[in-house]
Amino acid sequence: MALKIVKGSIDRMFDKNLQDLVRGIRNHKEDEAKYISTCIDEIKQELKQDNIAVKANAVCKLTYLQMLGYDVSWAAFNIVEVMSSSKFTYKRIGYLAASQCFHESTDVIMLTTNQIRKDLSSPNQYDTGVALTGLSCFVTPDLARDLANDIMTLMSHTKPYIRKKAVLIMYKVFLKYPESLRPAFPRLKEKLEDPDPGVQSAAVNVICELARRNPKNYLSLAPLFFKLMTSSTNNWVLIKIIKLFGALTPLEPRLGKKLIEPLTNLIHSTSAMSLLYECVNTVIAVLISLSSGMPNHSASIQLCVQKLRILIEDSDQNLKYLGLLAMSKILKTHPKSVQSHKDLILQCLDDKDESIRLRALDLLYGMVSKKNLMEIVKKLMLHVDKAEGTTYRDELLTKIIDICSQSNYQYITNFEWYISILVELTRLEGTRHGHLIASQMLDVAIRVKAIRGFAVAQMATLLDNAHLLTGNMQRMGICEVLYAAAWICGEFSEHLENPMQTLEAMLRPKVATLPGHIQAVYVQNAAKLFATVLKSQEGNTDSTAAQETSQLMIDRLPLFVQSANLEVQERASCILQLVKYIQKLQQKDVEVAEEVSALFAGELNPVAPKAQKKVPVPEGLDLDSWINEPPSESESEDEQPKAIFAKEEPKHSRPRREEVDEKELAKRREARKQEQANNPFYIKASPSSQKVYQEAPGVEHIPVVQIDLSVPLKVPGLPMSDQYVKLEEERRQKERAEKKKKEKKKRKEKRSGRGKKHDSGPESEEDITPAHQVDIVTEEMPENALPSDDDDKDPNDPHKALDIDLDKPLADSEKLPVRSHRAAEAPKSPTEDGDATSQEPKKKSSKEKREKKKDKDRDRKKSKEEKKKKKHKHEEKGEDLLGGEAEEPVVQSEETNEVAAPPTSTSAEVSDLDFWLSNAPVPSNTQETATVAAAEAAPMPEATSGIAPDSEPDEPKDTEMEETKSSKHKKKKQKKEKEEKEKKKKKKHHHHHHHSDGGGEEAVQNGTVEEEEPLPPMSNYCLLAENSYVKMMMEDADEVYDIQGNLQDGSQVVVSVIFENKCDSFLKSMEFNVLDSLNSKLQRPEGSGPHDGLTVPFQLPPGVSNEARFVFTVQSIIMPQKLKGTLTFIVKNEDSSTHEKLDFKLHFTCTSYLITTPCYSDAFAKLLESGDLKCSSVRLEGVNMPFHHLLARICFHHHFSVVERIDSCASMYSRSIQGHHVCLLVKVSAQTVSIDAKCDEPTLLGNVLDEIKQTFSQC
Amino acid sequence: MIKAILIFNNHGKPRLRTNNTLFTLFSLSNNLFFSHFLPETFHLVSKRDENVCNFLEGGMLIGGSDYKLIYRHYATLYFVFCVDSSESELGILDLIQVFVETLDKCFENVCELDLIFHVDKVHNILAEMVMGGMVLETNMNEIITQVDAQNKMEKSEAGIAGAPARAVSAVKNMNLPEMPRNINIGDISIKVPNLPSFK
Repeated sequence: MALKIVKGSIDRMFDKNLQDLVRGIRNHKEDEAKYISTCIDEIKQELKQDNIAVKANAVCKLTYLQMLGYDVSWAAFNIVEVMSSSKFTYKRIGYLAASQCFHESTDVIMLTTNQIRKDLSSPNQYDTGVALTGLSCFVTPDLARDLANDIMTLMSHTKPYIRKKAVLIMYKVFLKYPESLRPAFPRLKEKLEDPDPGVQSAAVNVICELARRNPKNYLSLAPLFFKLMTSSTNNWVLIKIIKLFGALTPLEPRLGKKLIEPLTNLIHSTSAMSLLYECVNTVIAVLISLSSGMPNHSASIQLCVQKLRILIEDSDQNLKYLGLLAMSKILKTHPKSVQSHKDLILQCLDDKDESIRLRALDLLYGMVSKKNLMEIVKKLMLHVDKAEGTTYRDELLTKIIDICSQSNYQYITNFEWYISILVELTRLEGTRHGHLIASQMLDVAIRVKAIRGFAVAQMATLLDNAHLLTGNMQRMGICEVLYAAAWICGEFSEHLENPMQTLEAMLRPKVATLPGHIQAVYVQNAAKLFATVLKSQEGNTDSTAAQETSQLMIDRLPLFVQSANLEVQERASCILQLVKYIQKLQQKDVEVAEEVSALFAGELNPVAPKAQKKVPVPEGLDLDSWINEPPSESESEDEQPKAIFAKEEPKHSRPRREEVDEKELAKRREARKQEQANNPFYIKASPSSQKVYQEAPGVEHIPVVQIDLSVPLKVPGLPMSDQYVKLEEERRQKERAEKKKKEKKKRKEKRSGRGKKHDSGPESEEDITPAHQVDIVTEEMPENALPSDDDDKDPNDPHKALDIDLDKPLADSEKLPVRSHRAAEAPKSPTEDGDATSQEPKKKSSKEKREKKKDKDRDRKKSKEEKKKKKHKHEEKGEDLLGGEAEEPVVQSEETNEVAAPPTSTSAEVSDLDFWLSNAPVPSNTQETATVAAAEAAPMPEATSGIAPDSEPDEPKDTEMEETKSSKHKKKKQKKEKEEKEKKKKKKHHHHHHHSDGGGEEAVQNGTVEEEEPLPPMSNYCLLAENSYVKMMMEDADEVYDIQGNLQDGSQVVVSVIFENKCDSFLKSMEFNVLDSLNSKLQRPEGSGPHDGLTVPFQLPPGVSNEARFVFTVQSIIMPQKLKGTLTFIVKNEDSSTHEKLDFKLHFTCTSYLITTPCYSDAFAKLLESGDLKCSSVRLEGVNMPFHHLLARICFHHHFSVVERIDSCASMYSRSIQGHHVCLLVKVSAQTVSIDAKCDEPTLLGNVLDEIKQTFSQC
Repeated sequence: MIKAILIFNNHGKPRLRTNNTLFTLFSLSNNLFFSHFLPETFHLVSKRDENVCNFLEGGMLIGGSDYKLIYRHYATLYFVFCVDSSESELGILDLIQVFVETLDKCFENVCELDLIFHVDKVHNILAEMVMGGMVLETNMNEIITQVDAQNKMEKSEAGIAGAPARAVSAVKNMNLPEMPRNINIGDISIKVPNLPSFK
C-alpha cells in the first residue's frame, strides 16, 4: 500500500503539472493549438489512471485550458471523480473545475447529489466550504430541491464561516427551487441578527437581492432593517440596507417619512463616499414616493443636490459620474432644483471622459424648456461636429432627437427650426441612425400639418442633392433619410413648388444604386408626384407638357422594372403599364388627371403603436384553436412542444404561424430555384441592374467621378438651423415687446396701484408662443381602446417565481423535502406528503400551475386591497391619535369592519407594520442603540414598542399595546394571528405525537375520549427535533424534552431532554449546545467559553434512550423564549464513523416558569381581595371534555393546583419561579369554558392564558 | 449581484474568468465569449484613459442597462467586474482593491506571472471573497486567514508523499529563465489615491 503511494508520487513527478503546462504554452507561441492538443491527449491518458493524484493534476490542467476557451466537457465525469476524493487538496481541485465547467445541462451533475450532501455534513469546515462554493456555481433545480434541507441546517452551523456561506447560497437555491423560500425564510430572517457580522451581512445581502425583485413581500421586514440601519456600523451592510429601503419606499410612503431623518443624519455624518452616495440615492427615492406632504421637503432636496454638486465637482471621475447618475434621478421629479445647476452639467459635456459626457447628456434631456431648447441643441450640434468616434456621435444624435421629440414635441416652438436641424444631421458621416432621422422627419411632417409646406421644400432639396448623401459607401446609413424625403415629397406633393423638378430628381438613374426598399418608395412616390404634375399641367392649354411628363415616366421606369428587388420591380412594372395607358388616353385628349390623382386620394394618419394589440378579437374567432389538427408525433417529442406553447401563450400566437408559413415558403422557393438552376431550359436570372443602365443611352449615364470630401458638405440651398435661432430670438423679442406694450396699456387702463407686478421679469415658460399654429395630430386607436400601459414582466424572469407571500404561516405541505427511509414508514405524515407533492408538480401540466398562480395573484390582490383600506383607515387613525383621545364611535366602527374582513394573517402583519410606521417617533441615533440594548437585556415594553414588534411574531405584544394608547382592534387582530399560528403549531405537535412516542393510537384517542373514561395518559414531553437524513445505515434520533422551573433558585430552569437512538448504529460524543440570548443562558461548567457545548454524559447504543438535564438561567420570565441549539454527535458503525448534527429550537413557554404550589382557599381569597392583581380573561369554545379532565389538563400541562371546585366551576392557583401569583377561575357551561384570571404581572398572565388556550384548541 | 469577473492583460489575453454566472445570465456560449464578449470588453476598457471614471455601460453587450462594467487597471492587468444595479459602484471598486491587495499579500508582491502560473490559487482566493455572485467577505485579514488555513491543510495532506513532487518542481523551476520572480512586470498593487477609504 505504502509502496504504491510512493510509486504513484514518483510517477507524478514526471507528469506535467499546471505550471509546466503554462510554461509549455508560453514556449510554443507559434503552434499553441498543436501543443495544447498534445497536452490534451496526455491529460486523457492521465485521466485513465487509477491514481487520484494524477487525475486531480489532470483536472487542474483542464481547468486552465477551459479558461483559455477549450472545450473540456468530455471530462465532466472525471471531475466528479476528483470531487469525491477524500483529500481536501483534490476535492478542492475537483470543485473548482466543476464550478468552472459545469452548467445546467451537464448531465453528470445528478451524480453529485450524494457526494455534495456528504461534503456538506463533513466535520471539516473547509470541505463544507468548498462544496458550498462549488454548488453556488452549478446548482440545478434538482440539486436545489434535494439539498435545500441540508443547506438550511448549515445555516445554523456552529462555525460562522459555514453559516455565511450557507446563507448566501440559499439565494441560489431559492432561484432554482422557489418552493424552498417560505420554509427557509424564518431562519434566514433570524440570521439578520446573527452575532457574527459576516453572517449578518450575508443575510442582508440575500434578503436585499430577493426584495429587489419583489419588494412588497418584504415590507414587513422594514422595522427590522430599520433597527439594523440605525445600529450597524458595517458600511457594506448599511449600503445594502439603504438600497433595499430605496426599493421599499415606493410601496409605503410612510416608511419614507420615517427614513428621511436617519438618512439625512447619515449623509451629514459619514465620511465614506459610497455610503453618502447610497443615502442620497435613497433619499431621492423617498422624495419621489412622497410626491406631496412634508413641509421640509425642499430642504432634503436641496441637501441632496448640494451633496451631488460636490460629487460632480470632485476631481475623481468616479464620483463625478455617480453624481451625475443620481442627479438624473432627481431630475425626474424635481427638475427645477436640478435646472439651477445647468452650468455644471453643460461643463460636463466638455469632459474628456465619454461616460461622463453620456451621463451629462442624459441630464440635459430633462433640463430643456421651451426657452432653452434651441440653445442647448445648438451646443449639442457643436459637439456633434467636434465628436470623434462614431458611437459618441451617434449617442449625441439620438439624444438631440430624444430631447426635441420628448413628450410629443412639447418644447419645440418652431418646427421649421427642427426640420432644419434634422436636415443638418443628415450630414453626419457614417451614422447608423439614418432611420431615426427619417422616422422623425416622417413623424413631424405627418403630425404637424402647418409644417408640411416647409418640410416638403426641404425634402425636395434633399432629393435634389441626394448624391451628396449617397456619395460614398460609408454614408449608406444616412440614405435612409431619402426614404423619408421621397415619401414626404410624394404624399404632400401639393405643397411642392416645382414638382416636375423633384419628379426628375426621383427618377435619376443613380437612384438604382440605393437599397431596394428606398427605391420602392421612390417608384411609388414618383407615381404620386406624376399625378400632381398631371393635375397642374392639364389646367394649362398646352397639352404637350403633360404628355412629356408621361414620356419621362415611360423612359425612366424601365430601369426600375429591371431591378433585382422584387418590390421595386413589381411596383415599377405596374406603374409603367399605368402610365402607358395614361399616355394613350392623353393622346386621345382625354382628361385623366382627376382619375389619376384619385388613385392616391385620402390622408394617412398616424397609428398608435399599440393600436394593433387593442383591436378586439371578433366574436367566435379563436386564434388558439387549430384549423387542422396537427399530426401527432411520437410520444417523446410530444411533451416538448406543449411546454413551448404554454410558455408562449401570452404572446400572440398568430405571427408564429405566419413565420412557419414563411419558412415553409422560403424552403419551397429554395427548392424551386435549385430545380431551375439544374434545368438547362430555364433562363437564368438577369445580370445586375447596374449593367443595364450603363448600356442605356443618355448623357447622364456618362460615368462621373464623385469627389469624396472628408469635410461634411453643406447641402446648398438648405437653411441653417442657426438662422432660426436668431430669427426665433428676434421673434420672441418682438413678442415680448408687444406684450409689454399690451401690459402697459392694461396697466394704464387699470392703474389700480399694483404697478410693481410683472415688471420686466424673465419670461416664463408659458409666455413663449409657438411660431406655428402647431396642430399635432394624435395617434389613431381602435374604438373603445384605452391607451394604457400593460407591459408585463418578462415571463421567463426567474424572480417571478419568488414572488411569494412570506408572512403567511407555513403550511405543513411546505416543508422542505427531507431524505428519509421511504419504505419503513407506513403511516404517511404530512411531511412525506409535502415531499411527494413537491416532486409531483413537475409532472403536472403547466396549466394547473398557471391556475395556481392566478389564485395566488387573486389572493395577493385581495390582501393589497385590504392593505389599501387599512392604510386609508390608518391615516384617519393617526389623526385621531394626534388629537389625543380617540373618538370611541369611530374606533368601534372600524373594529366591526375588521371583524368582517377575513382574518388573514397578512392583514395582521400589515397592522404591525402600520403600528411601527405610525406610532413610534423617530429616535435619534444614539438613543436608538441604547434602547435596543435595553430591549434585549430585559424586554421593556417602552423599548420594544419602537422597534421590535415584527421581528419575532411569537413574542406577545400585549404589553406594548397596552402601554401605548393604540386602539383595541389591533390587539384583537394580533390575537387572531396568534391563534392561527398556534393552531398550526398544534397540528404539528399532534402529528409529532404519533410519530415519536409510537403511541399514535393513544394520541388519536385523546381527541375522542368518552365521558366516563379515566384520565388519558398525558405527557409533558414533546418533540424537540429529529433527523432522518443521511444514508441507509444511518440513525433516526429523537429528542424529547421537558422544561421545568426550579423553585429553589429564582432564575433557574431545568430542561430534561430524552435522547433516543432510532438507528442501528452507536451514537457517541454527543454535544449539546445552545446559542444564548441575553435573557436566557445555558449554564456551563466553569472555565468554558460562552459558545462551548455541553457534553452529554452518556453514549447511546442502538434503540436505547436516555435522559439528560440541562440548567438554564433566565432573567425575565414574563415572556416565552426561544433558543436555538445544535446537537452534534458521532455515528459509529462497524466500519466507519460520521459526524452528524441536529438543529433544534428550545421553546420556553411561560407555563414552564410556573411551579405547582398548593394554596388554601382562605389565602387564595385574601390574595384576590388584595387588589394588587391585574385581571384578564379568556373563553374557549367547543371544548367537549369532562370537567375533571379539563382541570387535570390545566394542572398537568400548566402546573396549576386546584384550590376549590364547586360543580362546573373551579379556582386554581400557581406561582412562578420569581414569585408571581397566578389565579384562575374556570367555569364551564355547555361547550364553552371561560377562564378569568388574575396575576400581578399582566404580560405573564396574557402569555399563560394564551398557552392554555393553545392546549385546548388541540381538542 | 456580480455577474462575472474577468481579468485580462493589456493585450486582451484572459487571465481569469468566472464562467457560470456569465453563461447562465447572458446565455453566452464559450465561442461567443471569445469571439464577442472578451474582445468587446477589452476594446471598451483598453481605449479609456487612465484618469477617467471606472464605470462603463456596456449596453446590450452585457445584457442591458441594468448592468455595468466596473474595472480597475493595475500595471498590466485589467480587473473587470460585471455587476447589476443592486451593487454599490464604489463598493465594488473597493472590493477590487481588496482583491488585489489580498493577491499581493498571498503572492508577496504580485505580478501578472503569478496570475498566469497560479490561476487555481487566484480562484481559491476569489472564492473566499465572492460566492455565487454575492460578496462573501471584504475583510482582508479574514480572507487571508481562511486561505492560509486551507493551504496549510493541503500541505499537511501532501505530507511526505508530496515532498518528491515539490523537489522536482523546484528543480524544474531552477534553471528556467521564465521564473516569475525574474521578470518584474511591475507591482500591480498601486493604490488609487482618489478613492476615499470605504471602511
